[in-house]
Amino acid sequence: MLFLDHIYLIPLFPAFGATIMFFFGRRLQKATIDAVCVGAIVVAFLFTCFTVIEYTHFTHGTGQPFEKIVYTWLGSGDAHLNFSKSDGTLASFSADAGFLLDPLSSIWLLFVTGVGLLIHIYSTGYMAHEGGYYRFFGYMNLFMFSMLTLVLANNYVLLFVGWEGVGLCSYLLIGFYFHRASATTAANKAFIVNRIGDAGFILGALTLSWLFGSFRFTDINAVAHSGRFAIGDPALTAAALLLFFGACGKSAQLPLYVWLPDAMEGPTPVSALIHAATMVTAGVYMVARSNAVFVLAPTAMKTVAIVGAVTAVFAASIALVQNDIKRVLAYSTVSQLGYMFLALGVGAFAAGVFHVFTHAFFKALLFLGSGSIIHALSGEQDMRHMGDLQRRIPTTHWTMLVATLAIVGIPPLAGFFSKDEILWQTWTSEGGAYRILWFIGYGTALMTALYMFRLMYLTFYSPSRMSPAAEHHVHESPESPKSPKSMTVPLVILALCSIGAGWVSWPHSLRGSANFEKFLEPVFSQEAVVLHEEGKSGQLAEGRNEAEHTDLTEYLLMILSFAAAVVGWGMTRRSYLHAAKDYVEPIAEKAPPLYNALYNKWFVDEGYDFVFTGRRKLGRVRLGALGAGEAASWIDAKVIDGVVNDVAWVTRAVATLSTWWDKWIIDGLGVRGVAYSTLPFAYLTRLFEWGLVQWYALVMVAGLLGFGVYYVWK
Amino acid sequence: MVPITTFHYLVVAAALFVLGVIGVLTRRNVVVVLMSIELILNAVNLNLVAFSRMWGNLHGQVFSIFITVDAAAEAAAGLGILIAFFRNKETINVDEIDLLKW
Repeated sequence: MLFLDHIYLIPLFPAFGATIMFFFGRRLQKATIDAVCVGAIVVAFLFTCFTVIEYTHFTHGTGQPFEKIVYTWLGSGDAHLNFSKSDGTLASFSADAGFLLDPLSSIWLLFVTGVGLLIHIYSTGYMAHEGGYYRFFGYMNLFMFSMLTLVLANNYVLLFVGWEGVGLCSYLLIGFYFHRASATTAANKAFIVNRIGDAGFILGALTLSWLFGSFRFTDINAVAHSGRFAIGDPALTAAALLLFFGACGKSAQLPLYVWLPDAMEGPTPVSALIHAATMVTAGVYMVARSNAVFVLAPTAMKTVAIVGAVTAVFAASIALVQNDIKRVLAYSTVSQLGYMFLALGVGAFAAGVFHVFTHAFFKALLFLGSGSIIHALSGEQDMRHMGDLQRRIPTTHWTMLVATLAIVGIPPLAGFFSKDEILWQTWTSEGGAYRILWFIGYGTALMTALYMFRLMYLTFYSPSRMSPAAEHHVHESPESPKSPKSMTVPLVILALCSIGAGWVSWPHSLRGSANFEKFLEPVFSQEAVVLHEEGKSGQLAEGRNEAEHTDLTEYLLMILSFAAAVVGWGMTRRSYLHAAKDYVEPIAEKAPPLYNALYNKWFVDEGYDFVFTGRRKLGRVRLGALGAGEAASWIDAKVIDGVVNDVAWVTRAVATLSTWWDKWIIDGLGVRGVAYSTLPFAYLTRLFEWGLVQWYALVMVAGLLGFGVYYVWK
Repeated sequence: MVPITTFHYLVVAAALFVLGVIGVLTRRNVVVVLMSIELILNAVNLNLVAFSRMWGNLHGQVFSIFITVDAAAEAAAGLGILIAFFRNKETINVDEIDLLKW
């Protein structure tokens, strides 16, 4: 139990490497950096291998999860952290630093550390002449730490720590060449779009905690399996959909896939590790881990399947006409991730995980190979300026050929088994309810063959369209100093894995024993019970519903997929084998509007610019964040300031009125009016004032006489 | 011969009084107006003396002395006003003293 008890060390080895790089990296020699960082991954990989071996012995094949809780990180069981669940009882908020090992995380651990190790080794050669060597490896190790935390976490909170960590490292590594504005913009885009998904993830995790009372996977699985929640429970469906939204952000599905093609600004090993094999599969891992929840929400599962299928065909269509070799591979990744979600959505969890496993190998190989090509051509990434490289870089050529054959699904390479399994499960799930998705998946398979063989033909087999400088360069040094052993050996190893990885799950119909699915059975087994109760005849970990399948149907579907691959090869051979200097894309010839739409990625980025950011106006209308800003500014200037101005006007009007009243009414009528009203009397009275003394005397005498007369006659 | 009774004195005094009043009211010369005022006062004096003879005591005569003193003072004051006015207006026509009119 030595390794299992110290399972927490697995993420800590690369964390140690990252810390050393952070503090001392600048002063270290290249060899030391290699030893520390690549060594950390070597140790992590070996440790993982021993841990998984110990685990299989420990469980004797029952697949029960091994949980190791190191300490309680958040929450403490105090009453003040209690919250009430959806059914009213109290639960205590807590999240521990705990590690869970079960078949699902074992698989992920193995290929993350394995492919990560190969890519680290490759990077020592690829990044040898780049500046910031220590920074690159520091970030890569930090990424490995985050990814391993994510995979080993035993609860949603610690998983989210890893989730955010890989997002952060993605940002740091995409923007590694931060002197380039395009790189920093792409890094921002990746982080921001990821963050939007993270909001969904947080809400989903909190909803689950509210429903189940705990963040731990084991607790949630136990409660979900106990049947306490009805199938189709709305709160559960909401939680599942929110979690899936988070997965869309991380795993680049519609509508949050837009960051992945731009993420090709980062160095090629970054694209290989993060955007092909590990980070983008985190969403798939999270959904697979939450299978107990998803199975109880059929609406959410349908959504996952539909989104996956639509994303697959959407991205494949864009990849058909891209000229940048890395962009073709980026859209291919989005498309293949769509396949994985399609599998998860129809209930074929094991098939989805199997595809993740095989995809990691051949996609990483494709990216590393493209890095090798770009390196050989001294930075040329545009396929329109490549060609005739088959003999000049032979190792890269045959490894990429192997990867291409794997991804298009040529048996007996890895991709055939995983992709065929997904397509077959889609065809037969729920008695054929998902058949339309099978057609979409089949179309995607055809397009995959088209764009991958197009890539191969334009790069390796067509006549040379290289610039003279690049041609000279390649001719001069066919793969020795330009592609040191550190770069070619990982390619070869990945090629061998791409060939053989499928053999771990040779399907039953071809007289195999489907070991992979059997290995994963304990993780997904309860689902068979639940789905049976739902009345669905879904095929899951076990893989077969006896009543439904026939070997014949499966053979037919296998032949159809193989036919799609061959047809794709034939079509591309016809169009691109003789592609000379100014070749024209067949789609551009036959349907220029369609070519325009595909080349511009269906104008999704422009659409987002218009709707969400508002950097683009349509006529006079500006939506999005900037539009809201403009609207707020208009409201402030016109409405609010208008009100202020009106209030001021009213005040002035009142003041004017008051002035007028005071001047004319109070002063006028009141004061002067009274004064003037005495005037008539004054005029009258004035008439007596002649100023003549004798007149006054006469008046006096008259008065006197009046008195006298009055008293005499009295 | 009709015996001269008090009544005759009163009639004379009244006649003098009326003459004086008419003089005050109608004469243009300010000095004549003042003289008319004196005439009024003296008419009153005559009246008082007559009554004193009638009642056989001296009340009337004493009062008359007072009035005479008063008349003297008043004449002095009146002449003073007249001289002040003449200095300003150069006329003694009472019709031209009408500055206090409207």
